[in-house]
Formats: sequence, C-alpha cells, structure tokens
Amino acid sequence: MPDATGLELTAHELRDANAEAVLGTTFYRGRAELQVAPAHVVEVLTTLRGKGYRTLASLHGVDYYPDEPRLGVLYELLDMKQVDRISVKARVSTEDPHIPTATGLFPGAEFPEREVFDMFGVVFDGHPDMRRILMPEDFPGFPQRRDFPIGGEPVLFTYNEENSYGKWQ
Amino acid sequence: MALETDYRKREESITYTAQAAGQGETHELLTLNIGPHHPATHGVLRLLATLEGEVVRDIKPIVGYVHTGIEKTAETKSYWKAIPVVERMDYLAYYFNAMAFCGATETLLGVEVPPRAQYLRVIHLELNRIMSHLVWLGTGALDLGAISMFWYCFRERETILDLFEMSSGQRMHTRYFQVGGVFEDIPPGFAAKLTKFLDEMPGRADQYADLLTKNQIVLERLHGICPLDEQTLLSLGVTGPLLRASGNPWDLRKAAPYSSYDHFDFKIPVGTVGDNYDRFRVRHAELYESVKIIRQALEGLPEGPHITPDRKVALPPRHELATSMEALIHHFKLVTEGFRVPPGEAYYPIEGPRGELGCFVRADGSAKPARVHMRDPSFVNLQALAPMVRGNYIADLIATLAMLDPILGGIDR
Repeated sequence: MPDATGLELTAHELRDANAEAVLGTTFYRGRAELQVAPAHVVEVLTTLRGKGYRTLASLHGVDYYPDEPRLGVLYELLDMKQVDRISVKARVSTEDPHIPTATGLFPGAEFPEREVFDMFGVVFDGHPDMRRILMPEDFPGFPQRRDFPIGGEPVLFTYNEENSYGKWQ
Repeated sequence: MALETDYRKREESITYTAQAAGQGETHELLTLNIGPHHPATHGVLRLLATLEGEVVRDIKPIVGYVHTGIEKTAETKSYWKAIPVVERMDYLAYYFNAMAFCGATETLLGVEVPPRAQYLRVIHLELNRIMSHLVWLGTGALDLGAISMFWYCFRERETILDLFEMSSGQRMHTRYFQVGGVFEDIPPGFAAKLTKFLDEMPGRADQYADLLTKNQIVLERLHGICPLDEQTLLSLGVTGPLLRASGNPWDLRKAAPYSSYDHFDFKIPVGTVGDNYDRFRVRHAELYESVKIIRQALEGLPEGPHITPDRKVALPPRHELATSMEALIHHFKLVTEGFRVPPGEAYYPIEGPRGELGCFVRADGSAKPARVHMRDPSFVNLQALAPMVRGNYIADLIATLAMLDPILGGIDR
C-alpha cells in the first residue's frame, strides 16, 4: 500500500492533470483509496496503470444507501512489481447509473463489470456485452441494492406456506 | 448404372488428408451447447461452443446456475454468523473463504491474532490447499480417462477430511476460523496423525507423477495444448497456478505475507510456456511445498492462546461463565448481538488454491456487515478459457477446462 503521503502525492498529480478528476482521498487501516468522478474514472485508471498499477485485482459494487450518490464502483488496483495496492472509487446515483467501462484498459474487467450491473444496476458504457451474468435475464430489480428486500420470491408451494408443517415464524 | 460409376469416381477422389478449413456454405459453423449438467464441466457450467468441424472457433461460458446470493445473505447476519455462509462459496476452499473474511474483519477491528492461531491457520489453509489440489487432480485425470487417479486422490483427501473432523468436528465447511483466531486448539493426537500424513503425502505425490507423467495418453493430451502467454493472463486478471504456469512467480504468500507465511521456508513452483502440462506440473509441485509448510508450522507451533484475549470480539472460555459476571455479560452480548465493527472498508487478499481470493467488507458501525464481496479467482480465471481454447480441438477444451480448475460454487456465489 502507498502510505498516506504517497496517496496524497498521487492525488495531487492526478489533480494537476485534471482538476475535476479526484474528489477526495481516504487512508484507513493501511488501505489507500482515491475518490474519483465517474466521468473521469478511465482517465485516472490509465494514469495509475502508467504508474505501475497494471493489474485490476478486483472490481466490485457497493450500495451506500441512504447516502447519495448511492452506488459505488470500486477498482482494486495492484502493482505486482512494487507489491502495492490502491483503490479507486467512483460513486454514481441510482437515477443516472452510468460509468465508462474499464474493459479497454483491463480486459479482465468484463465479468466483474457484468456482475456489478447484475447486482447494482450500474451500466458500464462501452462494455462489449452488458448483460446480467449471475441472475436470470428476466429478473426484475437489482438484488444487492440495500433496499432490495431479502426473502423469498413466489414459487410453486408459496400459496400454502402458512399452513405448512414446521412453520414457526 | 451411371449412378454407380459416379459413386466409384467420387470414392476414388477422397484423399483422407486433412482439408484446410474454408469458408462459405460448405463449411458451416455448428453451435454446440455443453452443460450445464455435464460431468466434464466440473459443476453447473454451461458452455456455448461454436465449432467448425472439431475445432473450437469461439466459446462463451454461461454461469449463474448455482447463484445463491451468499453475499446478500451475509449482509443480514452478524459478523461471526456470516463466517459459515461465506465458507460455502468456493466449496473446496472453505478455510480460505473464512480466512479472507476474518482477515478483512480483523483489519477493520484492528484485532491482533495470536501467533499460535496464525500457525494453526496456516496448517489448516495448507491442508485445504492439498485437499483442493487433490480433488482437481482426481477429477482432472478423470476427464482424461484415468479413473484410477480419482480413487488415489480421494483416498488422501479422506485423510485430510478426517483431520479436519478431528480439529473442528466437521469434514467440510468447518467454521474453524473465527474473528481473532481459531475456534479451538488442536486436540491431542492431531499432531501425530498429521505427522503420519505428512510423511506419507510426498511419496503419494511421487506415485501420482509416476502414473501420469510417463503415460503417453496424458502427455499427448497435456503437452503444448492450449498455452496462454503471461501478458494475456495478466491483462485478464488471472492469478494463481495458471499465472505461475506461464512463468510469473506471483504468489501472495511470498509477495505480501499474511498469517506468518514469512516464517516458513518454501518455494514457488513456476512453469515455462503455460500449457496444460505446466498447469498440471505447477499444482502437482505445490503439493510438496504445502507439505513442507505444514511440517514447519507444526514443528514451530508457538505456545499461547489460540484466539485473541479481547473479550469484545472472542467468546470467553466456557469455564469462566460459571465464575465471572463479566464473562457472562460478554458471552451474552456476543451471542445475541455480536460485536460492532467501526465504519470503514477493507479488502483482504490471500492466495487461494486457484489464485487471489480477496474479501471486501464494508462496515457501517453496526453488528452486521454492510457489504461482503468475495473476489473469487475462479470467476476471473474463467475469462481466460476462451482465449485458451480458440482454434483448438473440442477434446482439448475438456482437458483445458479440467486444468483451469473452476469451482462453480465460487464463480456463482
């Protein structure tokens, strides 16, 4: 991990290139994170890739309900030479959940981006195959959002569930 | 009459040499659906293969058939109750799943894991790695037609599962790792049984190599088949034995040691060209290295507590409940509500049997995680299947899929 100073230096460098790109930084428990405007995320990732973070270790979505903008897309970048990690976070709202794809930089982002779309409804513009990956294609809603209810969906035996033997709730 | 002579003429014109693949309506592409219920897909993986004759021109993996929403379920459980749920993701690497989740939670809590617990974790992680590789070797060889390997590998796997049962009570999904340490110290007799296994295992691995590496059929199915170079693998985010087979010695146990891995002396096997044979050889060599690590961890097992003495996180010992009011309160709080984790985010990567297994946990200050995400290596590595098999025979697709070692429970979560 870059230390807190290293993170600030990186953020300054990115701000010098584009004043609107970096919105903030967090350094918590040894994890360095850059908050980035969603429109400039590819630009920032390209710069970081040039600085040695050549591997996208993980890409995942987070729902920050009830904070706004609600949805977050996190890129965990890895520098295999320096054994260094940095996270990039871009927040989008549920009204306009669009973010440019990172598949041009990291072809391995294809499946993870589809998963984030599937679970959170974030649309990655320019993705070669923006479909659901884990849920059925006709599934309504985005199940990992915090306001998506947990519990069952109706199946064949739901109608007499209340009378079923062993129903304790 | 004329028809018959025509036939004879056509028959004579057949040369039996391989024809170059052409284009147009005489060379139609065939779309073949493989799976989801097919023994060679190692789970419920569906593959849409586009074939030209017997050659795979393109392949699309379709996943999601065993998606059970474990990440969503974990959000509704307190941290210590989420451990058994996340263990069920990659069902051959349950200790690794628990380790990644506990590691992320410990990072957020700032809890120190005692050295004895770290060593016990290493012992079980490496036993789990051997177990996972044995299942891979057994089922992989089964796909190549070597059924005897399956019995031999599962015999050794059984010994490991017995060891798991001894230390935790369960053979699979053991819930042995806790936040702050491990559930219990190893019982009497465990060390002796483990030592016996460690003495046996390298000889067994030699036998596997004798059976497979001098077998003409296995060699022809693996040697030079479906190689993929290091740069492509890196751009696809592939890690673990697949990346090491192409010559890149990236292993988180060495690169960024966690849980005292830096205390042990072991090597990282690497391949050269990254074909199926290298993938097989790298995993096979890892069996020996894991045995070495376990032996060192068992011999150097430090004395001390097996779980953190922090009563806010770990349950007090049973005998304290009868004498200490404080312990009773802690016990009650932990069992009913669980512990609260200060708000923050953590990503904890470890080296699983298939590559980088990273757990992302977001805490919002309550006793339940606000987000749990597992970066499962199988999910990412599956993307490398298409570039590997394009332009190769469909029979090699089966061999390559076996050497890729995808676990559908981890892919679909």
